[in-house]
Amino acid sequence: MTTETLSLPDRAAAIAPLRQKLGRDDWIMRGAVVALGLWLIVTVLLPLWALLSKSFQAADGSFVGLANFQAYFASPALANSIWHSIWVSLLSTFICVLLAFVYAYGLTRTCMPGRGLFRIIAQIPILAPSLLPAISLVYLFGNQGLVKWMLFGASIYGPIGIVMGEVFWTFPHALIIITTALAISDARLYEAAEALRASSHRTFWTVTIPGARYGLISAVFVVFTLVITDFGVPKVIGGKFNVLATDIYKQVVGQQNFQMGAVVGLILLLPAALAFVVDQLMQRRQLALLSARAVPYAPKPDATIDRAMLAICSLIAFAILVILGVSFFASIATLWPYNLTPSLKNFDFDMMDGGGWRSYFNSLVMAGLTALFGTAVIFTGAYLVEKTPRFRAIRGFVQFLALLPLAVPGLVLGLGYIFFFNNPANPLNFIYGTMAILVICTISHFYSVSHLTAVTALKQIDQEFETVSASLKVPFWRTFMRVTLPVCLPAVLDIAMYLFVNAMTTVSAVVFIYAPHTTLAAIAVLNMDDAGDVAPAAAMAMVVFATAAVTRTIYMLLTQGYLARAQMWRKR
Amino acid sequence: MNLCTTTGLRCAVASIAAMFCLATTARAADLTVYTALEADQIKPYKAAFEKANPGINILWVRDSTGIITAKLLAEKANPKADVVMGLAATSLMLLQKEGMLMPYAPVGLDKVDAKMRDPAATPEWVGMDVWASAFCVNTVEAGKKNLPEPASWADLTKPVYQGQIAMPNPASSGTGFLMVSAWLQMFGWDGGWKYMDELHKNIAAYTHSGSKPCRQAAAGEYTIGLSFEYRANKTKKGGAPISIVLPKEGLGWDMEAIGIMKTTKEVDAAKKLADWAVTPEANKLYAENFAIVALPGIASSLEFVQDDVDKMLIKNDFAWAAENRDKILAEWSKRYDGKSEPKN
Repeated sequence: MTTETLSLPDRAAAIAPLRQKLGRDDWIMRGAVVALGLWLIVTVLLPLWALLSKSFQAADGSFVGLANFQAYFASPALANSIWHSIWVSLLSTFICVLLAFVYAYGLTRTCMPGRGLFRIIAQIPILAPSLLPAISLVYLFGNQGLVKWMLFGASIYGPIGIVMGEVFWTFPHALIIITTALAISDARLYEAAEALRASSHRTFWTVTIPGARYGLISAVFVVFTLVITDFGVPKVIGGKFNVLATDIYKQVVGQQNFQMGAVVGLILLLPAALAFVVDQLMQRRQLALLSARAVPYAPKPDATIDRAMLAICSLIAFAILVILGVSFFASIATLWPYNLTPSLKNFDFDMMDGGGWRSYFNSLVMAGLTALFGTAVIFTGAYLVEKTPRFRAIRGFVQFLALLPLAVPGLVLGLGYIFFFNNPANPLNFIYGTMAILVICTISHFYSVSHLTAVTALKQIDQEFETVSASLKVPFWRTFMRVTLPVCLPAVLDIAMYLFVNAMTTVSAVVFIYAPHTTLAAIAVLNMDDAGDVAPAAAMAMVVFATAAVTRTIYMLLTQGYLARAQMWRKR
Repeated sequence: MNLCTTTGLRCAVASIAAMFCLATTARAADLTVYTALEADQIKPYKAAFEKANPGINILWVRDSTGIITAKLLAEKANPKADVVMGLAATSLMLLQKEGMLMPYAPVGLDKVDAKMRDPAATPEWVGMDVWASAFCVNTVEAGKKNLPEPASWADLTKPVYQGQIAMPNPASSGTGFLMVSAWLQMFGWDGGWKYMDELHKNIAAYTHSGSKPCRQAAAGEYTIGLSFEYRANKTKKGGAPISIVLPKEGLGWDMEAIGIMKTTKEVDAAKKLADWAVTPEANKLYAENFAIVALPGIASSLEFVQDDVDKMLIKNDFAWAAENRDKILAEWSKRYDGKSEPKN
C-alpha cells in the first residue's frame, strides 16, 4: 500500500504528460456534477427501482416472481383497461393533434386577425388541473347538461367524455410543439414551389407537411403519453369505463393493494417509455433539417384562407372559453341547476372534503418552493452538465437521468416515492409525509422539460466566456453569476413559471404522497368531486386556475419591462 | 450544523426538510385520528374536544369507510393512527379480530346503550351513533319523467327506474356496504344477490362515496340516490328539491364507533378522546346529525327525516357482517364492478 501511494504522483506524471492539469474549478464542478447525479439517483432512479421490485413481491415482501402479473391478466376487468387506455389515447391524440395543427397553421401561416388573442386563449388549459375540463363536461353534457342534446342520447360518462376532456387538456401542449415546427420552415421552398407552379394543395402536402412532420410526430407522442397517463379526466368522467390510470389509483388508494398498483404502474410505464424513445430518435433527425441559409417564411394575406382559418380558430377558441366559463358559472351558482342565483357558498371549502382553504395555501407554498428550489437545482444542474470540461461519461449519465422523468408518468413516480421513502429502513424516511417530499417529487416530475429549456439557453452562450474567464483566473461561479445567469434570465424565469404552474395543477404524482396536513388544492378538487361536492370542486379548480393565470399575467407584465432592459445588450 | 458533515446531498435534503418542518412542528400531543365521518361533521367535534382538552390537537385522516379500513389494515405492521373515530362498527370489528385495538372502558361507559358497544366488559370499541340508509328522490326530475316515488327496496327494481339510480360502491363506501349487508340479511344470501342483479339493471352509476348519490340526486344528475339519512337531511336543508324516503322493508344501518389503536404512543390523549366521545356533550353534537345516538337520554329529530327511524332499522347481525365483509365485497366486485357498460 505504502509504496503504491508514494509512487502515485510519479505515475500520474508519466501517464498524462499531454493532458491539461485539472484546476480547482474543475474539481469543484466535477464534484457538483456527481452530487447532482446522486440527487437524481435518489429522487428518480431509486424510487423507480423500488416500484419495479415491488411488483415482484407479495404483500409481506417475499419474492413471488411473476405471480402479481399473472393475477393482473387473469382479471378480465383489469386487463380490459389496457385496451381501453390504448384506444382512448389514440383517438384523443388524433383529434387533438389535428385540431392543434389547424390552429397552429392559422397562427403561423395565415394573416388572419387576432392571432395574439388566439395564442393566449389556447394557453388556458395549461393553467387548470385536468379535472376542470371533466367537471365542465359534466355540466355541459351530463344528465342535467346545458347542451346535452348535442350528444344525441349518448352518455358523456365514459369514452366520449374522456376523449373530449383530454383533447381540451392536451391541446396547448400539441399546439406549442406544432407552432414551433411550422414557424421554422424555409421560405425558399415555397418560392421554389411557386416558381414550379405547384398548386397550393400540392405545396401543402409536399412542402408544409414534410417540413412539420417531426413536430407532428413529436406532438403525437407527447399527447399520447399525457393522455394515457392522465387520471384526472377519467376519474371524474370515466363512469364505469376503466383505464390504466384509474386502475392504479383504485388499487393503491381504494384497496391499498400496493403490489397490484406497482404492476399496473409498470404496464403504464411501457407505452410512455416507448413514446419517449421514439420521440428522442425523431428529434435527433430533425436537427439536420435546419439549415443556416433558411429564410423565414412570411405569410401573405389571402382573403379566403384567412377567413376560413379565422372561422375554425374562433370555433376552437370558443370551445376552450366555454369549458372554462361553465366551471366558473357552476362554481358561483347556489344550487345547480335549480337555483342559479350567484353565491359564494361553494367557496366555503372548510366545510368540505379535501382539506379546505388550507389545501390552497399548501399548494401556494408547495408551488413557490418548487419554483424556487427547482429552478436553482435544474438550472445549475444544466450549467454543470453543459459546461464542465471533459468528464464525458458521468455527464452523459447525468444527462440521461435528467431526461428520464419525461418517460415516467406522474402516477408511477408517486407510487415509487411511497415504496422508496416510506420504507422505515430508508435513512430518508423522515421526509415522508412532509411538504419536502411533495416539493422534491414535483421537481423530479417536471425536471426534464425545465432541464431542456435550460440547456437550450446555455447552448446559445459562446464557450469563449468560460475560456476567457479561466485564463483570467476568474472562478467559474463568478462567471456563472455575472455572465451566464443574467444572459439566461429569460429561460430561468420561464423555468420558474413552468414549475410554479405545474405544481399548482398537478394531481398525478402527489396524490399518493400527500399527508393530512399537506393536502393540496388540485387534490382537493378530486376529493370534493369524489364526495359529490361537484360545484365546490369546480370552485376550487377555478381558484387554482385564477392563481396560475394571475401569476402568469403578472410575470408577463413584469418581465416584459425588465427583460427588455436586461436583454438590451442583444441589440446593437 | 454537524449534519452537514455528511454528504452534501444528505445535508441538502436535511436542511430543506428541516425548514419545511418548522411550519408543522409537533405540539404537546398530536393525535392522529382516522375517520370516515363526513367532512362537515368533524369540524365541530374537533373544536369541542380540543376546547375541553387543551393541549391535545386532533389531526384527522378522513376518507370513505372502505378506504380508511383498507389503510388501517395495510398499515398493520407500522400503524400511523392513534385513534379510530367515526368508523363503521363492522370495520372496527375487523380491526379487533386482527388484534389492533386496545381494550379501554371510557369514563361514563355505563350510561352507553348496551347494544351500542363491544359487549366485552372492557370494550375495544364503543358506538357513537347509528347511521341508516335513505333514498334521496329528486321531485323535479321525477315529475318531469313522470316517475312514481319509490317506497321500498323492491320498487327500485321496477323497469321504470332504469338508468335513474345512483348507489355507493360498497367496497369503498360504508353506506354502500350497509345496504348490501342489509339485503343479504333481509332476503337471504341467494335472494340478496338476486335482488342486486335486478337492481344493477337500473343503476346508472356506482359512486365512491356514500354522500355522492344524494348530492347527485339533488343536482338532478340522477333522479334517485341511495344514501343515508344525515346526508339526505342536510342536502334537503340546503334547498335541494328532494324528498327523503325510508324504504318500508327496513333500513340497513351501522354504528359509527371509536376505538384506540393498541400501538399508540399517545395513550393518555387517546383515552381522553375516548372519554369525551361518550360524554353527553359529544352525544348532543352527534344528535345534531343523527337520529339515534349512544346515550339513550339524548334523542334528536332531524328536520326532514321521520321520527321513527329506530323502529325501521332491520335486525342487524354485525358479527356476521364483519365476518363476511371480504367475501361479500369480493362477490360484489365480481358481479358488478368494472363491468363496463357502453351506455347508462
